[in-house]
Amino acid sequence: MRKGVMRPGHVQIRVLDLDEAVKHYVELIGLIETGRDNQGRVYLKGWTEVDKYSVILREADEPGMDFMGFKCVDEATLDTLAADVRELGIEVKEIPAGDLPDCGRRMQFVAPTGHTFELYATKEQTGKWGISDVNPEAWPRGLKGMKATRFDHCLLYGDDLEGNLKLFETLGFGLAEQVLDPEGNKAALFLTASMKEHDIAFIKHEEKNKFHHASFYLDTWEDVLRAADLITMTNTSLDIGPTRHGLTHGQTIYFFDPSGNRSEVFCGGSYFYPDHKTITWKVEELGKAIFYHTRELNERFLTALT
Amino acid sequence: MANQNTCQIAVTNRQQVFKVPKGELLLMAMEKVNQHAIRVGCRGGGCGLCKVKVLQGDYQTKRMSKAHISEEEAALGFALACRLTPLSDLELESDHFQLKKQQIQQAI
Repeated sequence: MRKGVMRPGHVQIRVLDLDEAVKHYVELIGLIETGRDNQGRVYLKGWTEVDKYSVILREADEPGMDFMGFKCVDEATLDTLAADVRELGIEVKEIPAGDLPDCGRRMQFVAPTGHTFELYATKEQTGKWGISDVNPEAWPRGLKGMKATRFDHCLLYGDDLEGNLKLFETLGFGLAEQVLDPEGNKAALFLTASMKEHDIAFIKHEEKNKFHHASFYLDTWEDVLRAADLITMTNTSLDIGPTRHGLTHGQTIYFFDPSGNRSEVFCGGSYFYPDHKTITWKVEELGKAIFYHTRELNERFLTALT
Repeated sequence: MANQNTCQIAVTNRQQVFKVPKGELLLMAMEKVNQHAIRVGCRGGGCGLCKVKVLQGDYQTKRMSKAHISEEEAALGFALACRLTPLSDLELESDHFQLKKQQIQQAI
């Protein structure tokens, strides 16, 4: 049952070299730089996103994800959901407005898998980049690289998937797809707060708090092919693709930023309404579930994490 | 040294020897000559899969994730092959990647 979480709102990614990272996310993926702060962090967005930013890059000694935030419908929802999360025995910290520039207060907590999430409801809206909200043109001129339209979701690796399922169900997410082992234990969760097949996904892994990828949406399969061409033209580290996933049926390519954080651009994919039955993949068919064509697991996909 | 433009890389734990052009990052140079003595991950110094220990030879490194190469380890010759440029022939061990399962457990 929906409880007021709307969408993935932002992700803060740690990088080893800020200039190299900006080149990757702006020149290659095609995000728009919308600001920098006095800590040196860089703020980016996809051109169709209405809020001021959705990706934050922070230079650090160790790449990975600092936190991922979900935008909620209103401020009152933050208090309701924070109370619900505290009922699970999870500590929730309220971070005051302005801690992230142009963003309202955030309710932050650590999920059972060790990942930090937050909820917020207010962020400056600058509108879609390069087009008006009155009689808008189809797309703006001047987009770069893959011309990614939006930050779409993250896939994270961690240990306590049952705990995370309980947490995200408490936040009103639906379980669109799952991977089950022969004993019926959850090996992967694809969770959504919307009609998208996933807004956040988790794969079972022995370590806590690992980052697998941040994903950006493209409109067509032709765009995914063009993204693959750009990966080669820029000598960017390729993981796998272009191909199709079994899980979500999205069409995808994976590659790495210059600090080793995995990026995905993808298009298509299934949709989810709250009355949909959860789609189940068996772990015995995990190869097909992840890479629908080769039906083989690429070891790197399971082990290269930040 | 084999010649001035190449470095010979001996991976002792895999009993494999190959040559790479001097001045190139080791992991990607290894991939170009179709060798598989070191695991390939992100190629960006982040995931740690290509962690090696250099036993002999000179090299320089670019910035690597502290999660996989601490300063103490770097001083002992550990490095990520994707960030390592050989400056001479090298003798090294691959397969030093380890999961960090001892990470602090969150209160659940």
